[in-house]
Amino acid sequence: MLLRTEKPIPSSEITPQEVYESFTMTRRRMLSGLGAVGAAAAAAGLPQLALGETPLKFATSNYTVNDRATTPESKAKSYNNFYEFGEQKDDPARNAHKLKTSPWSVQIEGLVKTPQTLDLGKLMALRPIEQRVYRFRCVEAWSMVIPWDGFPLAELIKFVNPLSSAKFVQFISLADRKTEDLPSGISWPYSEGLRMDEAMNPLTLLTFGSYGQTLANQQGAPVRVIIPWKYGFKSAKSIVKIRFVDKMPPTTWNDLNPGEYGFYSNVNPTVDHPRWSQAHERLLNSSGNSLFVKSVPTLPFNGYANEVASMYAGMDLKRNY
Amino acid sequence: MPTRAIPYLKAVLHLLCLLPMLYLAQQYRNGALANLADPTNYLTHFTGDWALWLLLVDLAITPVRRLNPSLAWLIRLRRMLGLWAFFYATLHLAIYVLLFSGYDLPTAWAGLQAGHLGEPWNQLKLIWPRMLDDVEKRPFIQVGLFAWVLLFALAATSPQRVLRAMGGKNWQRLHRTIYLAGIAAVVHYWWLVKAGVRTPWKVTAVLAVLLLARVVYAAMKRSQKTRTAASTAI
Repeated sequence: MLLRTEKPIPSSEITPQEVYESFTMTRRRMLSGLGAVGAAAAAAGLPQLALGETPLKFATSNYTVNDRATTPESKAKSYNNFYEFGEQKDDPARNAHKLKTSPWSVQIEGLVKTPQTLDLGKLMALRPIEQRVYRFRCVEAWSMVIPWDGFPLAELIKFVNPLSSAKFVQFISLADRKTEDLPSGISWPYSEGLRMDEAMNPLTLLTFGSYGQTLANQQGAPVRVIIPWKYGFKSAKSIVKIRFVDKMPPTTWNDLNPGEYGFYSNVNPTVDHPRWSQAHERLLNSSGNSLFVKSVPTLPFNGYANEVASMYAGMDLKRNY
Repeated sequence: MPTRAIPYLKAVLHLLCLLPMLYLAQQYRNGALANLADPTNYLTHFTGDWALWLLLVDLAITPVRRLNPSLAWLIRLRRMLGLWAFFYATLHLAIYVLLFSGYDLPTAWAGLQAGHLGEPWNQLKLIWPRMLDDVEKRPFIQVGLFAWVLLFALAATSPQRVLRAMGGKNWQRLHRTIYLAGIAAVVHYWWLVKAGVRTPWKVTAVLAVLLLARVVYAAMKRSQKTRTAASTAI
């Protein structure tokens, strides 16, 4: 018999009220100040970013791409797929300021020893934040190189103790009709998932920031996952629930079009998307004034084969795309 | 509209149709284009959108003209609008070939500057298999290319001399394929967006209205004809 015991939060863990308040007030003041900057930028006809990011403390990591230049921050934050805030690539940067990221908590539920709701502050403080520069490959055949700040999802999973019956992890994103313009034809909220071994892989990053700043809203603030060897849509944004389940969970794009988006969706140059080739990608990392976007060959598992290929040994990756 | 005013109107329209290009040129000059994360994608969509919009404006001329005999002069703007649609469609295709397909434009350009005139061609040969693969396998590319080929045929046969040489009937038969080009262009758009994306709805609705207007007009004309035939029979 399973006894669910809620471990009380030790008083040492509780953020002193004045610290919390000063943090939120600073953040709020910064937000309103930056809002004015944003309005001025918009008036001046400059591209407007949702400016709400605050600096993060992080350590560097060995997981760093060094054969490709990092995508300029402004580009990574102005070219996003986040359908909750519009279908065009520049829509999220324009609309995601409506997303309320504070207060925020993540519900840990399903087949887990201690189901609990983790406040964002507590979640972020769970383990030290490190910065990893990962290749990011979109299923649409473009890619970027982005520094992400977070800690391995495995650390959270170990902390919450899933039952041995848990075989998959499901991520549920925020779907808030008050702030988001959720396109019809998609069953919201956005849902993604990983097999347990994929979720436990050291590469899978529970991510709170990028470029040393807390995530911009359009990047899926305040917390998301980054799974660098899979197409970008697997890396769920603005997560409100992490659910441990025994069966392969439904995932949004797979539900929408199973022929085009598989559950695994590992980056694979030999399996074409039905509408375009996946053998190459347009690398969006130029910082000069060139209009030219380089086309480079796509690597198996997005260049992370050494770290992840063994998880799929014996699997037919053409069938399990 | 007095006949004398038409040339001026055409000049104004030419300038208007050139505006999107000028806008791009300005964005290139002030660096806004290079600041975009994906200028290639932007240029592709920008030129594709304008090709489609101008094609729809072009297709709107006949139904609008039929609303009232006083609008008959509109027909004189039809060819130039069609040619502008073809212009943007060609830019759209050129961007696919030179920027989207993986063509190494910087190398081709550097080769040209160094006096190797064959370099652009060599680079094209390198990515030719990739483009062929696209044309063979991808329905949205096929249907888009089909629309462009039709527009090309219409543009090539647009001069008055060609019309005379072809004969009015043949010419008209060929130029009716512009409806097909419009449908193909909209299908191209739908097949390219992801499931759940509704963006092509507006152009689809406009095209549907324009095509429907023609069907209604043809039906009205037919019933009119039978009525006159009936009344003369009596």
